[in-house]
Amino acid sequence: MIFEYAPAPESRSVVALRETYDLFVDGGFSPAEGGEYLTTLNPADETPLARVAVAGPADVDRAVAAARRAQETVWGRMSGAERGKYLFRIARIVQERSRELAVLESLDNGKPIKETRDVDVPLVAAHFFYYAGWADKLAHAGLGPDPKPLGVAAQVIPWNFPLLMLAWKVAPALATGNTVVLKPAETTPLTAMVFAQICQEAELPPGVVNILTGAGETGQALVEHPGADKVAFTGSTGVGRRIARSVAGTGKRLTLELGGKGANIVYDDAAIDQAVEGVVSGIFFNQGHVCCAGSRLLVQESVAEEFLPLLKARISKLRLGDPLDKNTDIGAINSAAQLERIREITDTGEAEGAERWSPACDLPENGYWFAPTVLTGVSQAHRVAREEIFGPVLSVLTFRTPEEAVEKANNTPYGLSAGVWTEKGSRMLWTAERLRAGVVWSNTFNKFDPTSPFGGYKESGYGREGGRHGLEAYLG
Amino acid sequence: MPHTAFAPEATTNRALRAFLHGLPGVDEVGARSRAQDLATRSIKTTAKARAVDLAISMVDLTTLEGADTVGKVRALCAKAANPDPSDRTVPRVGAVCVYPDMVATAVAALGGTGIGVASVATAFPSGRAPMEVKLADTRRAVADGASEIDMVIDRGAFLSGDYLKVFEEIAAVKEACGAAHLKVILETGELVTYDNVRRASHLAIRAGADFVKTSTGKVSPAATPPVTLVMLEAVRDHHADTGRRVGVKPAGGIRTTKDAVRNLVMVNEVAGPDWLTPDLFRIGASSLLNDLLMQRTRLTTGTYPGPDYYTLD
Amino acid sequence: MAERRSTGKAGRGAAEAAEGRGGSAAPASGVPARLAVRKTYKLYVGGAFPRSESGRSYPVTSSSGEHLANASLASRKDARDAVTAARKAFGGWSSRTAYNRGQVLYRVAEVLEGRREQFAAQAAAAQGLSRADADRVVSAAVDRWVYYAGWTDKFAQVLGGANPVAGPFYNHSAPEPTGVVAVFAPQDAPLLGLTSVIAPVVATGNTAVVVASETAPLAAVDLAEVLATSDLPGGVVNLLTGRVGEIGPHLASHADVNALDLAGSGELAVEFERAAATTLTRVLRPRPAPGGGEDAWLDPDPGTSRMTPFLETKTVWHPVGV
Repeated sequence: MIFEYAPAPESRSVVALRETYDLFVDGGFSPAEGGEYLTTLNPADETPLARVAVAGPADVDRAVAAARRAQETVWGRMSGAERGKYLFRIARIVQERSRELAVLESLDNGKPIKETRDVDVPLVAAHFFYYAGWADKLAHAGLGPDPKPLGVAAQVIPWNFPLLMLAWKVAPALATGNTVVLKPAETTPLTAMVFAQICQEAELPPGVVNILTGAGETGQALVEHPGADKVAFTGSTGVGRRIARSVAGTGKRLTLELGGKGANIVYDDAAIDQAVEGVVSGIFFNQGHVCCAGSRLLVQESVAEEFLPLLKARISKLRLGDPLDKNTDIGAINSAAQLERIREITDTGEAEGAERWSPACDLPENGYWFAPTVLTGVSQAHRVAREEIFGPVLSVLTFRTPEEAVEKANNTPYGLSAGVWTEKGSRMLWTAERLRAGVVWSNTFNKFDPTSPFGGYKESGYGREGGRHGLEAYLG
Repeated sequence: MPHTAFAPEATTNRALRAFLHGLPGVDEVGARSRAQDLATRSIKTTAKARAVDLAISMVDLTTLEGADTVGKVRALCAKAANPDPSDRTVPRVGAVCVYPDMVATAVAALGGTGIGVASVATAFPSGRAPMEVKLADTRRAVADGASEIDMVIDRGAFLSGDYLKVFEEIAAVKEACGAAHLKVILETGELVTYDNVRRASHLAIRAGADFVKTSTGKVSPAATPPVTLVMLEAVRDHHADTGRRVGVKPAGGIRTTKDAVRNLVMVNEVAGPDWLTPDLFRIGASSLLNDLLMQRTRLTTGTYPGPDYYTLD
Repeated sequence: MAERRSTGKAGRGAAEAAEGRGGSAAPASGVPARLAVRKTYKLYVGGAFPRSESGRSYPVTSSSGEHLANASLASRKDARDAVTAARKAFGGWSSRTAYNRGQVLYRVAEVLEGRREQFAAQAAAAQGLSRADADRVVSAAVDRWVYYAGWTDKFAQVLGGANPVAGPFYNHSAPEPTGVVAVFAPQDAPLLGLTSVIAPVVATGNTAVVVASETAPLAAVDLAEVLATSDLPGGVVNLLTGRVGEIGPHLASHADVNALDLAGSGELAVEFERAAATTLTRVLRPRPAPGGGEDAWLDPDPGTSRMTPFLETKTVWHPVGV
């Protein structure tokens, strides 16, 4: 029989969308001085969700000033224990409002509710909970007996995990006594605006968190503002390079979390079903909009013939569609621009000689969609093996020996993540030791935890977020 | 490759061991997480209604107690033939499953309904009896009219590495079954690791099992989702290698409609829709049936039913 | 200290009711407008609140000598049962994720904050603290739970790590809870001191058998009620009220107790340490020195000093090679 799953949509009623969202500066909402707004869309059907203020240089000035004031008069002087209790409050409110945040994130970003509900939002709460606990224990972090905050942090975050990236930036900054001015991504500002409300609900002192919405120019004005002591950016390597250049000579501290071209190495002794599962989630989790995605599969030749049919069979079971349907595995591509980029580079792969495969998969008529895609016969020289696609496209390469696997995995300007699949512990450790990547997952993939540091080698950026190491970026 | 067909006539313990230990390992954390992920599937409305009916048709309605009596078995058979006296559209169950000495009673009670009788055999549940006793147990149940035999493997032999003994027992029981279908109970709660579950599944399949079954229901844990997942992968792989479809029967611990539907989702997404038939998937249970019937009522009437409106056993 | 023994366990409830000491202010007529309902103070073992199996209790008085209530006088067998309960709970509690343990400890803080009035009144009565001092002690106790909630998922990062051994080996050390810890709570710090000795034990994944302050045990029983309603699994903390001299030796020499916190063991500390030596039970000697009251426990950052004594370090080696 055919076992068709009936639609099981999560209700939108838990979200009360406002028509417009203003800037969150000094504890209150105010319009941008330029009076300009941009519209954020639901990428699953291209309907407008809300209008969001576009912050200009004057808004950046007042937000940085508010953050400075709050840092010097309140936040920097407060005991760590009291700061921590604010963060615990925020963690609890995130837990209480978790369904609202999950639905809103899926609406604004296009990612499946299954992921926002089970991954993004729980990790956000956990991240605040974790760093809350550090606030009064900084002397135990191994960074000296009395580490000091830097001051005002200018933070710019991407659209792939909007609220989670906010948490990664805000929680450690606040725990260490810094205040922040944060700019969410142009296409996904809405959960950040609910986060602003959460700051109010937690009675966080005004100016400790300021949120400026806008596009690239807003972000540029923010990171280049002379009043910022620290710049933290997550996004593309191209923008990261520009920021590094602009920060040079200013004395600002900088952490960058940029692109990646992660290799997932499958040895012939791997637990094959779990390896298939890990390769699938490694590239198709969040539509492949993951900087640490396992976008290159390196499978040992002796097992490739068995592995690929299992992989394709598994991909055929993925359910693409309405992000709010609880059974959806693959949601919408976040924007028209991103969809165009994925199309262009994937077509190039085909043109360069890779074999392209996608399962039979109906794409919805409206919205931005891209079917899960596998490119086989890819070689190191192909563009699809070197450039970050940031979409649901897996490039498959093969190798013969562990040395060759490591060489190919490292043969990229990036160095964010890698995966190693083998049942042999010593080979796993041998491989991990040689991989030039900031995170190596073995027999699992795309696992995140607030206690675990995350960040890249080489052009994937510098600095670590998460864990004890994540404190260092905000302490002097 | 691990999945190469295994020729029974060439069997030595060494060859069996090489084959079974050459199968890919199962990562426990990964298998659990896959099972957990499948359990988040949300099956609603029309899909749920079809799933409930399908699950009812897959139930092996079971009584396996030392206190079983002729009266108890007859009552169970009446329930199997007519699960909900107030609703004739309810599908009939897959089979009735009893101890060997109750087979004749069950066959008589089910006469004319077309519902088969499954009998546990081979010194169920421990399997600790001489081979000739196990075979006699099996032959007697078949002679009394059992159309399906649920045998237990010798877990002691399996755990001590005597795979050949397990293999030969299954093959001998299969022969004793004649036309009756053979379900092989692995008692995964005693095998403990998923590697063992995978190996025992392939061993049973290659020795002639028509079904692999998780548990006797007498050992905890019984049919956990990851165990069923690993067994579904085994029958999927065997089909890919040989073209032969072997069934899977989780038994023990599946008490609610939610559990049953999660099992069907797993069948659908792991082995594939071809397995969504009572010929290839059964659920060994007793209290599950009433919960399925209650959910059926809930779906048709929209109100929550109470247990007093459903017949016992 | 006086001691009472009821005629029988079954008759205990009736006997208490008959004792019926008045609680509300009686008007001039002598007929009270409403008689207050008093709480029976019991032990906390395995998540339940049993009376002492011995059927005994002892009177507890305020700092000014007024009778406050009767507390259960725990026996050797109660101590034995408490160790059994703590052992049973150890497997589950120690294998919870650190994050989950942190959530539970934070929940304790939340529930305690909600009952701060009760604890402040209790501290004022039992210890004769001014209301302001009592509030300060309660606040510090709440914050102490928050402090250790934050440690649950950090102490392993601070105390453990990779070891650069000379050879092709991966080598990593991590702390693990030692097991069942018998805690002699400070005698003169019945709330903040008590919290300060229990929280680090459970934050690290151990389970505890706590002997409350002998003369001021009521706050401990009240705290047990907070623990019982805070998602802390039964048996993780077990609380005995009674005499250190009576039950202490049995806990100190108990072969299924892995460590002792001797904070409130007074002059018996050395005797207990000696008894512990037989099974090499870990010992945390009394500190801070007794006599300082709740104030001695006010340091907002006690660090890892009360956790490391109850942690074992496990080092794992694994070869690195193809």
